[in-house]
Amino acid sequence: MDFNNIIKQVNDIFIDVLDNEDIKLTPETTAADVEDWDSLNHIQLVVAIEKHFKMRFTTAEINGWKNVGEMCVAIENRLKG
Amino acid sequence: MMLSFNHLKKNLKKDFSSFKKIKIAILSDSASQLLNNALRGYGYEVGLDLDIYEADYNQIDLQVFDPTSELYAFAPEYIYIDRSTQKLLKEHYKHDTPGQAAFADEVLKKTKNYCDTIAARLKAKIILNTYPEINDSVFGNYAAKTPSSFVYQLRKANLGLMELAQREKNVFISDLAGIQAQVGQRTVFDPKMYVNADMVYSLDLLPLIAKNVTDIILSIAGSFKKCLILDLDNTTWGGIIGDDGMEGIQIGYFGAGKIYTELQLWAKQLKKRGIILCVCSKNTEEIAREPFEKHPDMVLRMDDIAVFVANWETKVDNIRHIKNILNIGFDSMVFLDDNPFEREIVRTAIPDITVPELPEDPAEYQSYLRQLNLFETASFTEEDEQRTRQYQEEAQRNVLQQSFENEADFLASLDMRSAVKEFDTFSIPRVSQLTQRSNQFNLRTIRYTEEDIKNISSDDSFMGVSLTLEDRFGDHGLIALIILKKQDATTLFIDTWIMSCRVLKRGMENFTLNTIADYAAANGFTKVIGEYIPTKKNGIVKDHYASLGFLPADGLWQLDVAEYKKRDTFVTAKNELWTSTTS
Repeated sequence: MDFNNIIKQVNDIFIDVLDNEDIKLTPETTAADVEDWDSLNHIQLVVAIEKHFKMRFTTAEINGWKNVGEMCVAIENRLKG
Repeated sequence: MMLSFNHLKKNLKKDFSSFKKIKIAILSDSASQLLNNALRGYGYEVGLDLDIYEADYNQIDLQVFDPTSELYAFAPEYIYIDRSTQKLLKEHYKHDTPGQAAFADEVLKKTKNYCDTIAARLKAKIILNTYPEINDSVFGNYAAKTPSSFVYQLRKANLGLMELAQREKNVFISDLAGIQAQVGQRTVFDPKMYVNADMVYSLDLLPLIAKNVTDIILSIAGSFKKCLILDLDNTTWGGIIGDDGMEGIQIGYFGAGKIYTELQLWAKQLKKRGIILCVCSKNTEEIAREPFEKHPDMVLRMDDIAVFVANWETKVDNIRHIKNILNIGFDSMVFLDDNPFEREIVRTAIPDITVPELPEDPAEYQSYLRQLNLFETASFTEEDEQRTRQYQEEAQRNVLQQSFENEADFLASLDMRSAVKEFDTFSIPRVSQLTQRSNQFNLRTIRYTEEDIKNISSDDSFMGVSLTLEDRFGDHGLIALIILKKQDATTLFIDTWIMSCRVLKRGMENFTLNTIADYAAANGFTKVIGEYIPTKKNGIVKDHYASLGFLPADGLWQLDVAEYKKRDTFVTAKNELWTSTTS
């Protein structure tokens, strides 16, 4: 799966979890750019992403991403195995 | 199947206005915000407008023992006290060995005290959870032979909670340990949620808890199942009686008979409990009755069945017929049928009836049905009154009563101590984290990275201070911080004031302000300026400065240091911070 495909699927997860159709993620998007993306929702997003992509992140990863791009790269790397 | 947490969360935006309103309070010793969401969202599924008061984090004692608490002002009909095994374990570990051996008794005494205190002030029903099991592997299997072990005390506490609920009419148990046994620890607990959000439940467990608590509320409110209607072929026995004949159906040791025997044993227990059993089958009546009358391995017999309907009419008509005979509501009936097509027809025609979506493989029937908890009840009248009294006497032994008439007494009893320190290498990561994550008790919501905080700590025009809090129940760690900016020789500006919501209503604000005033006085400042920048989430500190005696000044808040009188607080300082500054 390529990066664009991943970010598209992540975008759908954001829309679903945050219940906001208007979300349009780019690699540069940060938590400050998205309404309701606070720490409590972050963990819900991570759980949903883990479920969707059938993978598990470490706590260090979860707290380390600076933007959506870094998150998607982590997904991409794990998919490559 | 069970709804996802996300589904329940989306329900929150829907219209509850036509639903019955029920006031419920959640008191939890772990983060309960999502549990709150799940509960209200689940209420939507069953037509309840659950009006929820959620106490701040870890405030069970305060809310219960303070007669002026928000809990009593809210006056709920139900109080759900949610306590985690994680906290229980930490408490247990604090004791010496004799204390550990008496730990469950102490927990139960405290729980009894909660119940008595609430009962004296409210008519509310109290719902307590059993503790999901954690085997801490300290003693291995020898824990069973060791009364002081956590494993032994945990199980003793759970049993004791059930006994407490047997004695106290207003106390009900949400059997979380039972749910754990059904769904497994991997579904109950998500280390990620625990570490990052202090949530002891996974997102997948929340709907199950919400359903379980709602089941209890509904049954107390009089909404519960009274009748189980069974289809016959491939539901009550394996195979088709009309084709296979009585010798050919699977029951007992024949074929997959075990499945159906166990289902019948379960139905028989339900009957014993007071559930009415009925049969509704597309069959010729004489053929359908034959196994009930003659098959040696059948558990259910004709005298177990209240209404037996086997004919070639539609199941919808037959269920209506059963309803008319029994004179009960469709909403108190459960219909079991292996055929998805029949289920759908019945569900569509009679929306109020419960029709479980049985798994395709009959081998899974039993565990599936158990998990649905279809037959919740709020009463069962075969209690052994004599035994009840014995338990009550046992519980009264050595009870250390712990009830407070007012908040001050309660706070004083906590023996709170705070370490006040300038930012240092140990506190900087936590300080930064608090500025990043705190949304509620945060006056200006300025976010700082670790690097920023490091710079502040070495910049002479700033004073950054962290505060911890511990009390006789434990150590909360670093829970508050202030960053003071020296605006000019006489003016000190409060750049940042953040406190963790874990320690709300402890008088920590007063203690913190005393600290600020001490610092200002010791360093020649005459004015302290505060600012409140509103966000969507920090409404709780809207009146923060006004309530602390600051006066409005050009959109800001000002405190005159010379006139400041130390505010009452039950927090004592563990150290003298400013003596070094003034010397």
